[in-house]
Amino acid sequence: MKINGRAVEGEVEPRLLLADFIRDNAGLTGTHLGCEHGVCGACTVQLDGHPVRSCLIFAVQAHGHQVATVEGMAPSDSSLNTLQQAFHECHALQCGFCTPGILMTMDAFLREEPDPTPERIRSALGGNLCRCTGYQNIITAVRLAADRLNC
Amino acid sequence: MKPAQFEYDDPETEEEALDLLARHGDECKVLAGGQSLVPLMNFRLARPARLIDINRIDSLSYIKREDGRLVIGAMTRHTHLERAAEVAQGWPLLTEAIGWVGHAQIRNRGTIGGSVAHADPAAELPAAFTALDASFQVRSKRGSRTIGWDHFFVSEFTTALAPDELVMAVEVPALDPGSGAAFVEYARRHGDFALGGAAVTLRLGRDGHCEKATIALVSAGPAPVRASSAEQQLRGSTLDDSSIRAASVEAVKGLRPTSDLHGSTEYRIGLLRTMTERALTKAAQRARSST
Ligand SMILES: Cc1cc2nc3c(=O)[nH]c(=O)nc-3n(C[C@H](O)[C@H](O)[C@H](O)COP(=O)(O)OP(=O)(O)OC[C@H]3O[C@@H](n4cnc5c(N)ncnc54)[C@H](O)[C@@H]3O)c2cc1C
Ligand code: FES
Ligand code: FES
Repeated sequence: MKINGRAVEGEVEPRLLLADFIRDNAGLTGTHLGCEHGVCGACTVQLDGHPVRSCLIFAVQAHGHQVATVEGMAPSDSSLNTLQQAFHECHALQCGFCTPGILMTMDAFLREEPDPTPERIRSALGGNLCRCTGYQNIITAVRLAADRLNC
Repeated sequence: MKPAQFEYDDPETEEEALDLLARHGDECKVLAGGQSLVPLMNFRLARPARLIDINRIDSLSYIKREDGRLVIGAMTRHTHLERAAEVAQGWPLLTEAIGWVGHAQIRNRGTIGGSVAHADPAAELPAAFTALDASFQVRSKRGSRTIGWDHFFVSEFTTALAPDELVMAVEVPALDPGSGAAFVEYARRHGDFALGGAAVTLRLGRDGHCEKATIALVSAGPAPVRASSAEQQLRGSTLDDSSIRAASVEAVKGLRPTSDLHGSTEYRIGLLRTMTERALTKAAQRARSST
């Protein structure tokens, strides 16, 4: 499979979850595992551009597909992309456990809906739980990123 | 937790999948979107010895019209159905129902065939298909058959499918002109399974009287419930507030939804009545504006 454009190979048991392959085999630990049953959203990655739960897909199923994780977002080691920068500026994270999943969700959402209302952002955020920030700053950050991406 | 060990096949064609099912039927499970099966496996509530992954079978993923009916391939993802313009136009009940299924990330992966085969009594699509008088095309090495909703949904998480059978497609008849439909539910948090919900369709005659009504209830029993006596009661009425209210009371008569942590039986009955009333009111407005 390709992760963030880089080919990653491995021979694994069919029962290995995509999330564990990303973390342990590919060494990309930005994708977090919370509930392991699809509820919390921490493990959200993009499969062929669409946000999905990597705890509910087996690694073998991603054979030949494109996976995107949070590590692929920033243009370089010393800078953030627009959405990440907006999260930083708006204090849209505290512990950061939920953040990679939220970024992967919102990155795809803004591609589909470049100019969303706060209500639409709130609804798109429904599949990601955050236990510390409170969702308000996350919504503000997504809206700020939308403004910057649109100008 | 992590799933227990299993053997894994990912056939590319329907024939190969049916061969594998014929050989391993009893000990294997079909893996579609995995949005219900994998959580069960992660918790080891399900430990199938073998998975037959049908995600590579492209021929099972389609939405088409055939003789006026809508035919949806089993591997069609929820998102695909949710966004299909022809579905929103001709079968808006499905579009409305699907918006309530989980979250976008779940709908990107979950499939229509998986939703009906899983047969969760709290799921939206089985009830919507029940209100629409849908049937299910299933196939095995032994042959093909089409099963109506009334025979397909047997009980909680139980359908009429034999272990070697695969759901191939769902067939949904067209709504008659002058019809209106609505799906309404209540859940604690957006994306949760429904505590109670109703899927209804109504057809108005030229004189403004109701000619046909279908009412299917979510989370009302072990399988989707059709409220047939309430449907009958609505026929010939003008769908005014009082006939809608009376039909909603009739719809929940005799129901015993299970009492649990999320709501007692009495609460759930009250909720189902309110959901039915709201769905009927909405559908009546829509039927009137379509005539
Ligand atoms: C957090 C979360 C929230 C959710 N919320 C909702 C909700 O609100 N409403 C709702 O309806 N659903 C909800 N779901 C479930 C989701 O809709 C599932 O996608 C769906 O129920 C099952 O579809 P699947 O394709 O993922 O099937 P799978 O999980 O792959 O399979 C489910 C079952 O069906 C069988 N099966 C699948 N396809 C076939 C076939 N073609 N032929 C024969 N057998 C088959 C499998 O063997 C398995 O037993 C939620 C899931 C999660 C993780
Ligand atoms: S770890 Fe996958 S959704 Fe919680
Ligand atoms: S920032 Fe801690 S869970 Fe969201």
